[in-house]
Amino acid sequence: MAASPRSTVEAAVKPISRRPASNAPWPLNIYASAVGKKWTMAITGLIGMGFITVHMLGNLKIYLGREELNHYAEGLRIFGDPFVPRGVVLDILRIVLFIALVLHVHAAYSLWMTNRRARPVAYASRRDYIAANWASRTMIWTGPIVLLFIAFHLLDLTFGNLNPSFIEGDVYHNVVASLQRMPVMIVYILANAALGIHLWHGAWSLFQSIGVNNPYLNGVRRVFATVFALAIVMGNVSFPIAVALRIVG
Amino acid sequence: MQFTLKVWRQTGPSEKGAFATYDASGISEDMSFLEVLDVVNEDLIEAGTEPIAFDHDCREGICGSCGMMVNGQAHGPGTRTATCQLHMRVFNDGDTIVVEPWRSAAFPLVRDLVVNRSALDRIVESGGFISVSTGAATEANLIPVPKVVADAAMDVAECIGCGACVAACPNGAAQLFTAAKMQHLNLLPQGQSERYQRAERMVETMEEYFGGCTNHGECQFACPKGISIDVIAYMNRDYMAAKTKNRKLTGQA
Repeated sequence: MAASPRSTVEAAVKPISRRPASNAPWPLNIYASAVGKKWTMAITGLIGMGFITVHMLGNLKIYLGREELNHYAEGLRIFGDPFVPRGVVLDILRIVLFIALVLHVHAAYSLWMTNRRARPVAYASRRDYIAANWASRTMIWTGPIVLLFIAFHLLDLTFGNLNPSFIEGDVYHNVVASLQRMPVMIVYILANAALGIHLWHGAWSLFQSIGVNNPYLNGVRRVFATVFALAIVMGNVSFPIAVALRIVG
Repeated sequence: MQFTLKVWRQTGPSEKGAFATYDASGISEDMSFLEVLDVVNEDLIEAGTEPIAFDHDCREGICGSCGMMVNGQAHGPGTRTATCQLHMRVFNDGDTIVVEPWRSAAFPLVRDLVVNRSALDRIVESGGFISVSTGAATEANLIPVPKVVADAAMDVAECIGCGACVAACPNGAAQLFTAAKMQHLNLLPQGQSERYQRAERMVETMEEYFGGCTNHGECQFACPKGISIDVIAYMNRDYMAAKTKNRKLTGQA
């Protein structure tokens, strides 16, 4: 092997991303940066966490019986009555959730693509990770699983296209009819497991992304994420199990 | 002690590289890993072949030159050590040790284990400094700094710019480096006047070359100086604040 001179000039550093336009209007100038995208993911993630908490707690009404659950569902539609027409508040909330979801997915995709560019040549030897855990490294997979499940879930229980016997307004009947199908039950439980793993990293990670950090309280963030993810998964998974065990239905 | 080394050999930036296997025998457990590479290199030179190229300088963990992946970990196993402080007693006799250069788009490979880390300099150039008027030095005690603050600033100023955070990060992000270089100035009174311009410039320069943080937390364990990911949260906070504060500087409320 002949010695050939090599220099850092030959191995010149090339940028992988363009610098964001500094004169873009606020908040577009923030979203243009990766740090801004993480802020976006944290805030949209918080919106999603708020939704999923209310969604799980509200659905616990299934254990109080058909009337209670359907009454709660109707309550969502007449929210704001008599100041706003029926369903308007619900639709506004749906639009907010939809925008949050789109931003969350776009930011995730965009960061993923940047991060792939940042290491074009992978390590040839096996990595020995110390801190990067299974949850943090599978966010890019648990995310799409949850996204696909949301699409199915909406078509099943909101629009009714995939429900075996959809009756508009009879939530109790629709849920029981859907979850009685064995494959749906399994998909439901697996999707919630993916959601739990996603939340366990996300509900901790969001504090770092938005700079909520206090060395005296940082231990609480992990505890919060664990308790939150467990509570959501346990509540959600209880529904198919309750239907399977004929506690509900 | 006796070891089998699998070392990445690559003659230049655009050439194809591969692992080469070397035997290292008669190794003392008190040797550092770099000294083992020296022993292997002496054999290679005597055999008339090209020695393994690797960066090294101080060999006492303060220069940040000796970056390499050892057994899939930046600077090898062991906490708060650079490769020069990695002693062979942490391995078992007869182990196979795999050595690879840092892998990142921002760190183009120069040769063997040597990479060009000047992208880190681009970040510091963009704002990792304070502007002072030159002339006679002012009386140091004119600006009082509490001991705890000075200590906290020193903890982050320990960063030796080795690039282990980037190498260890699954995303190839340089957040820990950049945040450390911001925080050691942001903690002190001298760093305040340029604080938010620094945040915006350094973050945006970093993002030109490196991946983005997704809070794996791998960097803080790879860091030979044990710098905490707390600084990344402070950087995220400052960057967001900078986006409004920097516009106010020009009179736009």
